[in-house]
Amino acid sequence: MTSQATAPESSAASLPAPTKRKLPAGTLYRGREGMWSWVLHRITGTAIFFFLLVHILDTSLIRISPEAYDAVIGTYKTPIMGIGETALVAAIGLHALNGLRIICIDLFSWGPRAQRVMFWVAIGLWVVLLIGFVPRHLMTVFGGH
Amino acid sequence: MTATGIEAPRTPHVSHRRKRINLEKWGWIYMRLSGVLLVVLIFGHLFYNLIFPGNVSALDWAFVAGKLANPVWIVWDVLLLWLALIHGANGMRTLVNDYAHGRFRTVLLWSLGISTVVLLVLGTLVLTTFDPCLAPTENADLIAACTAQE
Repeated sequence: MTSQATAPESSAASLPAPTKRKLPAGTLYRGREGMWSWVLHRITGTAIFFFLLVHILDTSLIRISPEAYDAVIGTYKTPIMGIGETALVAAIGLHALNGLRIICIDLFSWGPRAQRVMFWVAIGLWVVLLIGFVPRHLMTVFGGH
Repeated sequence: MTATGIEAPRTPHVSHRRKRINLEKWGWIYMRLSGVLLVVLIFGHLFYNLIFPGNVSALDWAFVAGKLANPVWIVWDVLLLWLALIHGANGMRTLVNDYAHGRFRTVLLWSLGISTVVLLVLGTLVLTTFDPCLAPTENADLIAACTAQE
């Protein structure tokens, strides 16, 4: 945009010496944290979506009978499903925190510059979240409480 | 400020953006707005059901009935249903448009749309017509509320 306003010779004179780059400048989505957070966002989003479909159907059983609901919700209390629920909460936590990071990138002028830092902040908060949830949940699942 | 020496163009200026609603733009905005709300709604939902006062072992019909006896939770769950399912379906639409082509894409987009509408209607009906006094429970608050209703 700005190059149109300036004369060609003056802009050529002010150009810095070209440096070798592995990646094109100014992209969020090629390589490293930007790309991997994008990949994780898609994988976790898809997993959560399919759980949501099942979860709406199983919850709808409350309208049929207590026995039908309790029978199906009983399958959520087995050890394998307990591990699955841990993975689900981990996926939701990552999708939520990375989603807030994406909003910050889009909304604030400092966002794109801070995207890499924000990725690691999101990972840090995610670990804290899981430390709060996982032991409590697995104790319930495996502790026979 | 009037231009001198330049005639007005023969073709008058026409804006190509008039009155047309940009659905992709609103979808983009929706993902961000619903995303922020969903962070609150989903973490509240998970905390109440899996940490306190609920936990996965304690989940049963009586727990859900006790919860849905409070209209705040009905509103919470209806919001959760609509915001999350439309957010998820729109996200899946993005993936389908990226990775599926031709007739396969058409089939996937239609199944996505139909299943979303069916589940929205089903879930909304379940939440708004649910009767927490359908069966006797050991939940003291619920027993009191149900006997008062009779």
